[in-house]
Amino acid sequence: MKPAPFTRHVPRTVDEVVSALAEFAPLDGRILAGGQSLVPIMAFRMARPAHLIDINEVEGLDRLAVDGDYLSIGARVRHGAFHKPVIDGPLGKLLAFVVSHIAHYPIRMRGTFCGSLAHADPASEWCLVAATLNAQLVVKSVRGERIVDVTDFLEGIMSTSLAEDEFLAEARLPLLPDDTKFGFYEFSRRAGDFAMSAALVTYRLVDGVIADAHVGIGGAEDRARRITEAEDVLNGQVPSPDLFVAVGEAAANAIEPLEDIQTTAEYRCDLVRAVTRRALERSAQ
Amino acid sequence: MSDKTDITLTINGHSHAIRVESRRTLADAIREDCGQTGTHIGCEHGVCGACTVLVNGEPVRSCLMFAQQADGKEIRTVEGLADGDEMHPMQRAFMENHGLQCGFCTPGFLMLAVGVLEREPDISDHDLIDVLSSNLCRCTGYQNIIKAVRAAAVEMRQS
Repeated sequence: MKPAPFTRHVPRTVDEVVSALAEFAPLDGRILAGGQSLVPIMAFRMARPAHLIDINEVEGLDRLAVDGDYLSIGARVRHGAFHKPVIDGPLGKLLAFVVSHIAHYPIRMRGTFCGSLAHADPASEWCLVAATLNAQLVVKSVRGERIVDVTDFLEGIMSTSLAEDEFLAEARLPLLPDDTKFGFYEFSRRAGDFAMSAALVTYRLVDGVIADAHVGIGGAEDRARRITEAEDVLNGQVPSPDLFVAVGEAAANAIEPLEDIQTTAEYRCDLVRAVTRRALERSAQ
Repeated sequence: MSDKTDITLTINGHSHAIRVESRRTLADAIREDCGQTGTHIGCEHGVCGACTVLVNGEPVRSCLMFAQQADGKEIRTVEGLADGDEMHPMQRAFMENHGLQCGFCTPGFLMLAVGVLEREPDISDHDLIDVLSSNLCRCTGYQNIIKAVRAAAVEMRQS
């Protein structure tokens, strides 16, 4: 249970990070952020990177601030930063509600928002938030910077569109209008364990009618994503228990469920039906 | 690959100049290189919480941090809780409420609870249970740990 030997690099600036990545990524080098997923994998020797580029000392990457119409989350911003609402309005409350579902308190002191996205575990709460809210991701390398839509970033189980020499420097979450309703529900076997399914919904009520519905599902497919079939059922309707049941049904019918040793496809669909409905019920409370 | 680096770990106010490989976990360095064996190592992959210590006041899993990452930071372990012969209120509460049997998980629980209560003295009872769900104990069934931490929380708020 000891990680294999590696060489640690400690850049101080983003320029040094991308230079180190360009040099060492081809030599089996990778970024070390919070390490709360990577280090356990290394302890099991499932990963044995030759080089780790430790970004924990990099200036500026701990920036968490509103820029215009989005919240900018730097690569060093840890889960624990969201324990209390980071901004007024629904987005701050949404993030504070969701963060309590991520692993456990000491893990949240180290693990990072962007690290979760780059790790791309299908059960990641932050991947679900990013997918549901249409996050934009700022990706950097010695070749420059590009901004990637979350739908193009998350490619599958622990797989992203990051090139070998690129790192995720910042995530941008659109601010939510003040009248946004949201609901999140996650099902897992134990507190802090991986989500077996989770749903995040946001919408606005215009004259009592649902508009701009976002329904995201995580932990059920190979990546978190918005389910348009479920959103179509919500938009233009008045919230009601029957409607919420119908949306859960639509979401369950739309997914391609992951199967594993404890979860059949049928069970996963049942879970999606339930977590979607319960997220909607929370949104209406 | 196995090059060692000189670092200084400051544990409970004492400096330890040590020389470690990059792969050395903070937990191993605290125990093996600095001789502070109060911090226990259980699962070595971040699940059990036995190795929880405070780094710059934050409770973290010391098995999921590399020792070199803690260079120059303020580390607190269970050895630093008592003030001479005077136990920390959290230690006394564990004793008075039968919050331990074999004691293996206890250093982790103590550091977790002290760290969180110092950061958030007014944390609710409900949130405290969520915090304590982070660590594993195979003896007590948790009820007495929760009782102990709640009792200590009251005392720590008063002092």
